[in-house]
Amino acid sequence: MGTTASQLGKDLLSEYQELTFLTKQEILLAHKRFTELLTKDERDGANSRLPMDRILTLPELKSNPFRERICHVFSTSPQKDGSLTFEDFLDLLSAFSDSATLEIKSHYAFRIFDFDDDGTLDGSDLEKLVNCLTGETDETRLSPEEMRQLISNILEESDIDKDGTVNLSEFQHVISRSPDFVSSFKIVL
Amino acid sequence: MPISLADKKELRRLAFSDVAENSLLNRNIPCYRHLSAYISRTWRHCLFSCLPALTYFRLWHLSMKTMSARFGTGVLSYFLFLRTLLLFNLLLFVINGLFVVFPQAVHPPPHDPQVSTFTGLELLTGMGYFSQTLMFYGYYTNNAFKTCRAAGPNPSYSGASTELPVCNAVTSQTVPYNISAAYFFTIAIAFFTICIILVYSMSNSFGKNLHVMNSNVNLAVKVFCSWDFKVTKTMSVRLQSENIRTQLKVRRSFKLPLNQKVMVYRSQTFFYLLPEMYHVIKTRSKQELRCNFTTLFTTNYVTVFLLTSKITINKSTLPCHDMCFCSSQCWENFVGQELYRLLLMDFIFTVLYSFLGEFLWRLAALHQKYIRNRKPMFDIARNVLELIYGQTLTWLGVLFAPLLPAVQIIKLFVLFYMKKASLMLNCQASRKPWRASQMTTLFISLLCFPSFIGASVSVTYTIWTIKPSSGCGPFRNLTTMFQSGKLWAQDVEDTYPALGWLSWAYTHLVEKPLFLFLASGVFLIVIYIHAQVVDGQRKIIKLLEKQIENEGKDKRFLIGKLHDIHSSAETSHLSQQSTINQKESLLHKSSSIFTFFQFVTELISSISTCWIFISIKKTCHQELYQ
Repeated sequence: MGTTASQLGKDLLSEYQELTFLTKQEILLAHKRFTELLTKDERDGANSRLPMDRILTLPELKSNPFRERICHVFSTSPQKDGSLTFEDFLDLLSAFSDSATLEIKSHYAFRIFDFDDDGTLDGSDLEKLVNCLTGETDETRLSPEEMRQLISNILEESDIDKDGTVNLSEFQHVISRSPDFVSSFKIVL
Repeated sequence: MPISLADKKELRRLAFSDVAENSLLNRNIPCYRHLSAYISRTWRHCLFSCLPALTYFRLWHLSMKTMSARFGTGVLSYFLFLRTLLLFNLLLFVINGLFVVFPQAVHPPPHDPQVSTFTGLELLTGMGYFSQTLMFYGYYTNNAFKTCRAAGPNPSYSGASTELPVCNAVTSQTVPYNISAAYFFTIAIAFFTICIILVYSMSNSFGKNLHVMNSNVNLAVKVFCSWDFKVTKTMSVRLQSENIRTQLKVRRSFKLPLNQKVMVYRSQTFFYLLPEMYHVIKTRSKQELRCNFTTLFTTNYVTVFLLTSKITINKSTLPCHDMCFCSSQCWENFVGQELYRLLLMDFIFTVLYSFLGEFLWRLAALHQKYIRNRKPMFDIARNVLELIYGQTLTWLGVLFAPLLPAVQIIKLFVLFYMKKASLMLNCQASRKPWRASQMTTLFISLLCFPSFIGASVSVTYTIWTIKPSSGCGPFRNLTTMFQSGKLWAQDVEDTYPALGWLSWAYTHLVEKPLFLFLASGVFLIVIYIHAQVVDGQRKIIKLLEKQIENEGKDKRFLIGKLHDIHSSAETSHLSQQSTINQKESLLHKSSSIFTFFQFVTELISSISTCWIFISIKKTCHQELYQ
């Protein structure tokens, strides 16, 4: 279980390759980048957790408006603080890799967009989503009137059972209409 | 439901552990299951060990990743298209090289005393030294390379090697390798293969994108799917946010107008390309894209076709250059050289455009204030059209210059690195959004329909009708290039009489128009059936959506009802409880009264009994004492 040793064992490497969508080179690169972020003491320990603020220094995640949600979704920490072990990190890269299927990606996208973690995308989730998309500052956001109109339009288009929220199946139905989703839902180290 | 890596590891350990193995054995699974499980496990193991090797073959993977990080998926689609074209040319080069160029290179034709020396100018003109090399049509001979030589002292044709074994009864049965037949069949098969690949990839792309025409979930798609996670630079991220915000503001209440919807639905049944282009060009509001596509496309393509038609039809009136074979009128060489020069000019102009258009603009923007300090944007439409133009030239020219795909490969390689350098140094990310997969479909369909079909029509016309020149090339002394195939088929039939049915099939089926008419009729019927099936499925989808909505309503209604019943049941329960309490108290009261009455009755009865007793005693006493 010494995943934070300076070298990954061969068996462990092939096991990771079979269980994720990553190739051996990608796993080794991920290991290298992960251990670079650890301090010296953490490197010797087994199964160390990287706190969220250090993960967010990665250039691939630094400017992404969904970076905190991504860390929360893939984190298996009991304190729910968004910290990642190396295996969580591999899960993250696997879901965002080239070869991951549409079902996996849409499932994780749903969880990332579900800001209150209640299993559905309701009005407040959609509002936070649109705010993330349009920018972080006040002048880049939509006005409340526009926001309300936008959210009602979205719900009208995607809420099939008309319960006021978008559940996972409805979300996957919308995603299947976009051929660009698989290629844009990618993070490569 | 995806599970985390730690859980997967645990499951895997359990699955492969000894406990699992023992339980398998204990379950008396038959031997062949063991074998199949073992085979599938070894196969997976091999696949996973080969996978890293395969990733090395992904050309330019790292460069594309850095470009998409800064510029997004739109610019990436251009470079992906470039890579696709490179693979097509590689295929063409390999097929040509194996069957035409290599055999001719191994058996060179007799040495021509008129050979010119190599000067650098030939790289630009393609004439002189090059016209006597494998590069052009004129070098190829119409010999048949035998695998053995005749028993006589002198070889009967030039180019024979004296190391060949003498023919005996066995080897003389084999058909010799006929260069002219090989040339004809290679070109035909190469074009056929490319046609199949293009049509297949086009149908795949259309299959993925066609439902986008049904644009009633456009806004939701835009909100959920438009964020490109590959973009990592802060400036590009900000630009992307701006793009999305603009689109959301414009599209808040955008619905496709009714008449456009009707037109789209009607035309998409039969003509898939035209409404796609119309829809894309009109509703994506890209004025520049429309201008670019129509003007560049028409000018480039019309020029090329005018040139080739002029060349192939009016070949007798060609000006006689002193470098070309005037006496034998080797017009195919001339055509090949023209196309080679066109390809080269295209390359030179692209380089000049990158240099002047982008690099100098950037310098001007830095130093002068007139251009508002803005870097140029990478014009995807123009660059793609130039690529398609170059590819059309290659396809037109491969008949006359078999090594032209090699030139195109070198050109595309250099172009990739040059465009990449120019992009990273000079350009900024585009402010307009770009639907990458729709555009890729458009590129592939433009490559197929005008470009490839046009080139193959020209090549087919040349092969079928035009008389090849009598002094040079593999088809000299034939009436048409097509005849070489027929002659070869005749040769094969003579050597192997068993294959006579092939020529029978050809004369009675392929050359009769009825058969082709029937085949295309069947094809159209199949297409019509598929279109109707798709239409029906669309209707079913609408019905199912309505059904889901109604079930949701039913569920809500039932839940409301249950709630009502539950709340009314509670109130009635409470009222019932109070009456029972009242009754109980009443009962209590009545029972106490009852016991009182009982007591009184008993008292009275006891008193009366006593009185009766006393009276009886009194009478008895009186009786006794009388």
